[in-house]
Amino acid sequence: MEKIIDLGQYVAMFVNWLMDFGRPFFDFLKNSGNGFIDSIEWVLTATPFYVVILIFTLLAYFKAGKGVALFTVLGLGLIYMMGFWNDTMVTLALILVSTITALVLGVPLGIWAAKSPKADKAIHPILDVMQTMPAFVYLIPAVLFFSVGKFPGAVATVIFAMPPAVRLTTLGIKELPKDVIEAALSCGVTGTQLLFKVELPLAMRTISTGINQTIMMALSMVVIAGMIAAGGLGEQVLAGINNLDIGLGFESGLAVVILAIVLDRITQAFGNPKDKINNK
Amino acid sequence: MKDSIKIRVKDLTLIFGKRKKEALRLLTKGVSKTEILKKTGCTIGVDRATFDIKDGEVFVVMGLSGSGKSTLLRCLNRLIEPTAGEVFVNDDNITKKNNKELLEIRRSGMSMVFQNFGLFPHRTILSNIGFGLEIKGVDKKERLIKAQEAIETVGLQGFGEQYPNQLSGGMQQRVGLARALANNPEVLLMDEAFSALDPLIRSDMQDELLDLQKKLQKTIVFITHDLDEAIKMGDRIAIMKDGKIEQIGTAEEIITNPQSEYVEAFVEKVDRKTIITAETLMFKKYVTCLYAKDGPKGVLRKMREASVEVLPVIDENHKFKGFIWLNDVLSTQEEGKTSIMDTVKEEVPKVFPDCTVEEMMPLTTATKSPIAVIHPETGRLLGIISQVSIMIEATRFDKKEIIDLKKQSKEQ
Repeated sequence: MEKIIDLGQYVAMFVNWLMDFGRPFFDFLKNSGNGFIDSIEWVLTATPFYVVILIFTLLAYFKAGKGVALFTVLGLGLIYMMGFWNDTMVTLALILVSTITALVLGVPLGIWAAKSPKADKAIHPILDVMQTMPAFVYLIPAVLFFSVGKFPGAVATVIFAMPPAVRLTTLGIKELPKDVIEAALSCGVTGTQLLFKVELPLAMRTISTGINQTIMMALSMVVIAGMIAAGGLGEQVLAGINNLDIGLGFESGLAVVILAIVLDRITQAFGNPKDKINNK
Repeated sequence: MKDSIKIRVKDLTLIFGKRKKEALRLLTKGVSKTEILKKTGCTIGVDRATFDIKDGEVFVVMGLSGSGKSTLLRCLNRLIEPTAGEVFVNDDNITKKNNKELLEIRRSGMSMVFQNFGLFPHRTILSNIGFGLEIKGVDKKERLIKAQEAIETVGLQGFGEQYPNQLSGGMQQRVGLARALANNPEVLLMDEAFSALDPLIRSDMQDELLDLQKKLQKTIVFITHDLDEAIKMGDRIAIMKDGKIEQIGTAEEIITNPQSEYVEAFVEKVDRKTIITAETLMFKKYVTCLYAKDGPKGVLRKMREASVEVLPVIDENHKFKGFIWLNDVLSTQEEGKTSIMDTVKEEVPKVFPDCTVEEMMPLTTATKSPIAVIHPETGRLLGIISQVSIMIEATRFDKKEIIDLKKQSKEQ
């Protein structure tokens, strides 16, 4: 079919202009970002594997129960024995950095959208685009601005994983019972007091679900980011595909699944504390 | 100080919609609400409400859902910003306050209790009650002491460390009340505070609030859709319809003298027995006989003139002595006595003016005598009530029906 409008051309022009104009800025971002990722990666890889497994198992045991703890110790042990420990830690470091960044940006945005209908109106369609755009597409601008490597991988991951953090923060605050908010207001709270003493603590459960979703999406994107040399399990999966190596594909895929389940169960448990407060 | 005015509301108006100014202009011109809605798309939440609330009074605003009563209440502490009009508390104009002053008023002057309690589920009972103090910046020690005091006032000792969802509805509302009281406000705003409770618990809470009010003497603005609750709780009641206050008065004033068809329809179903008092019912233009002065002849003449068979007798200080009956006077006259002092029946029913019809009903069974209404302290005769008028109030039959019924029972 013939092209009538060449939208792609204009986007390319804009991106090119931005690249020339913002080069020093992007370089600065890349360097500091890489520093952050590397330091976390260093902590995770330098710590002996059994210590990392122990920490995760203890977390699982106290927050999510015996079953999850057992799964954690067996699953992570299997990853180590399959020889994917280092790759897994690299992936985990990317997930941690991306998730933290997504939350630092996403939660305040979510609060803003909950408080201001105008902000909500502006943010909502952007989130829609971010969530429906095929994940690979994010890799293109990330590579253009930051070339290949871990940092562009993290950037693409942040963009992809942020929407649930924003959405569920907004939802958590908006769905709070009106009378509780009114009760707080009638006591004479300031806006800040309302947010930190009432809204955020009460919305925490929903926000935790958002955090859990963000982590899950970050994991899936980090694997895809293997395509731009972000390293870790993604690169192993990619190698499996490229070489039609069924064995490698299965093993690396299994490592991703194990990591996903462990992270999911533990973060979910943080959202559903076993105390009586949230029984309602 | 009784009878001094605590809250003064003047022309308070709240309009929902975008073209508020235009709607307000039309409203003051006297254009109807449907017309305003058609022209501007605005609805009128509260329509120029004007009333005074006295210090230490329980002022009930009653209306059906959508009548604007809860909206009116929220305009008092500006949880909803009124479109026009003024609210004064202690002659201080609330509507002119800036945000900081308003917070101060909400923190110290006015507290609110909500229909669905509005408790913070993530905080313990004590921490819920201490919330108002916490945001005021009161230190933890003092907060705990005051919260403990408030928890005892509402009878929830021992529950301080629990969470709201571990408590029953009635207990949760006690927490709501305690939270409001912990700030020691002058004014309590209660928005359908007991409407979500079971009938039995509601009635208990009403009694307790009334007891508490005797001690605390707060000024309470109480919103309800339940007329029985309004009558029980309210020193005065304002009836609202479509955002407008239809009538303000004591329960008895409203029931005996409804000023609009709406109010009349509303109060029709009320159990009048428990509200109408002797004072309203009594006949004040009665003929009296003087105990030491009148003789049988004089009494007979008075009876003939008034065409009655029984008259009240008073002494020289207007103090009630008893009733005198026609038959007794006739026999006294036949005996040739000149004084009626032995003829007067002194063992007759007497009540104080605030006695209700329900309370007077037992008095009508033992005797055929009318009932004397006397002053509680001086014993002066204030009025008399015939048995027929009590029956009329109690049964809502008209006078003729009652007389017919009486005749029938005599014939049998």
